[in-house]
Amino acid sequence: MYAYDEIDRTLVNERVSEFRDQVKRRLSGELTEDEFKILRLQNGVYLQLHAYMFRVAIPYGTLSSEQLRRLAHIARRYDRGYGHFTTRQNIQFNWIKLAELPDALADLAEVGIHAMQTSGNNMRNVTSDQWAGVAPGEIEDPRIWSELLRQHTTLHPEFSFLPRKFKIAITASDHDRAAIKIHDIGLRLVKNEKGETGFEVLVGGGLGRTPFIAKTIKHFVHGRDILSYVEAILRVYNQYGRRDNIYKARIKILVHELGIEKFSREVEDEWQHIRNSSLQIDDSVIEDIRSRFTYPAYEKLPHMPDELRQAAADPEFEAWRKNSVAPHKVQGYSIVTISLKPTGGPPGDATAEQMDALADLAEKYSFGEIRVGHEQNLALPHVAKRDLPALWKALDKLGLATPNVNLITDIIACPGLDYCSLANARSIPIAQELTRRFANHELANLIGRLHINISGCINACGHHHVGHIGILGVEKNGEEVYQITIGGRADESAALGTLIGPGVKFDEVADVIEDVVEAYLALRERPEELFIDTVKRLGVEPFKERVYATR
Amino acid sequence: MTSPLEQKKIKIAGPSVVTANRTWDGIVVYRTAAKGWSVDLSDAAIVRNSDEAKALLAESVADDVGAVGAYIAPVQVDEEGKILPGNLREQIRRTGVTIGSQAQV
Repeated sequence: MYAYDEIDRTLVNERVSEFRDQVKRRLSGELTEDEFKILRLQNGVYLQLHAYMFRVAIPYGTLSSEQLRRLAHIARRYDRGYGHFTTRQNIQFNWIKLAELPDALADLAEVGIHAMQTSGNNMRNVTSDQWAGVAPGEIEDPRIWSELLRQHTTLHPEFSFLPRKFKIAITASDHDRAAIKIHDIGLRLVKNEKGETGFEVLVGGGLGRTPFIAKTIKHFVHGRDILSYVEAILRVYNQYGRRDNIYKARIKILVHELGIEKFSREVEDEWQHIRNSSLQIDDSVIEDIRSRFTYPAYEKLPHMPDELRQAAADPEFEAWRKNSVAPHKVQGYSIVTISLKPTGGPPGDATAEQMDALADLAEKYSFGEIRVGHEQNLALPHVAKRDLPALWKALDKLGLATPNVNLITDIIACPGLDYCSLANARSIPIAQELTRRFANHELANLIGRLHINISGCINACGHHHVGHIGILGVEKNGEEVYQITIGGRADESAALGTLIGPGVKFDEVADVIEDVVEAYLALRERPEELFIDTVKRLGVEPFKERVYATR
Repeated sequence: MTSPLEQKKIKIAGPSVVTANRTWDGIVVYRTAAKGWSVDLSDAAIVRNSDEAKALLAESVADDVGAVGAYIAPVQVDEEGKILPGNLREQIRRTGVTIGSQAQV
């Protein structure tokens, strides 16, 4: 966990007071909606279909039990008893009242949580690997660098009115769980030949109506130079980004139009002006941030405790363990992913009761720490293996032990037309139906790793472009129509999916996905060949034939 | 369900109302003939041509302390005069999400 200092606490509290005054002036009519809109957006407040939506940041996806309890309190006291975890390590509340928002922000501020820069044309929540600090083989904890960037960019005047929103993600593992290649800037921690820490810097990734996979702009930027290099990128973007056209305003369009070579030359020129300035990071700054992260006092535990050996005889436990439990860097411990994708449930939702109970379980089994991943699941990062059977039983009672992590029912979905004012079609009911169709865990395990991502409009909050199967809802002649892509992925081999054919109606989507899956099962060379690898080997044609032969 | 945020021109093809979200709490409201806002669609003022729609929208937008994000939405009026939402988006705004019990607590 990271402990905020006095500067952070003062900044967050002052922000609450400022927003309380702004809301008061808005409700009295002193501020018009046009004047107020940018202010509320800078505090994570959107206006959606049914009500205001309040987006709260969970920097680099790390929460304490105390903080999770406070989110439960917000859900219960100010909303309708649940929250929705998003694809960018935020949580959203869908029914909040503007008049009560300052009180909600004040309650959050007491535990060091805020909603600054969770919307608006600024630097958004810096995201990272939900397994940061505990993943085996990690270069080092990427949250230290995420925190450095968070501190530098929060309320930074130069980055508060960018041409468009700007998102950074950081990973330190070979396997990318932070989806850095679909971010405006993706940072991958690496070591140079001298063993010094630095970053491979990628730029220009993003989804939406014009998707791009990020390109490497520099293979190694020393850690001490990362702020100046990121700032150089932002300055070039600030200068040349298209403010005249919202659809062309993201940095991905600028990188595409200039070309990565010209863009990188512009950045390099700018960087030389600011590289040897106060932006150069002294080791003591990094060490100070590092010292404010607390790490658990791990025990020396056996690799295979008796409790785990005995529980392995229970097939239900084993089904859960195989999909939910991952190796930890410390012997005797595991990382446990908590699926927020129950059969028939909205992906990413958690009730206040679940959040409270999970906070208790984190205290009992995970040193009081919870993580949030971009796949809309949670994780307990430090669970002793001996405690896995007891944890599983407790999670099962809460409806949080669905054994489907990374399987076909572990679906990413945006809120869609059920909540979102931008959506053209519903996402959640499609996900719910698919979780029912594939509820048989034996079938889901037979299919193996398969990621379905669903978006209810071209803005792609459900990351449909990079789903192994992507589903995009559009509107055609007043009806919901869904386009299906296959072959996308969001990891270190990120790729955009390919459309398999004409869109299908709402009621047909689950049937089509079943056809795609049946085609895969028939076409794969061996059970270990994943869906994504079969698509890569054969292309979309065999899948297209299967789906459209009878339609 | 083209988002009304993308509407460029006011062009209506049938009976329509002006809808918005109430400023203090954000809930869905409809503009009434009495120049107020109601949470009940049956209280909504019906417009049937572009000029009427423009006038009702202008009056609604001017009252942004009462409600925000005003736009014109299609409705259907049945034989008994009952007003019904004209598309899925407006149906969801009126009756709530379609995703089951959890969100309707």
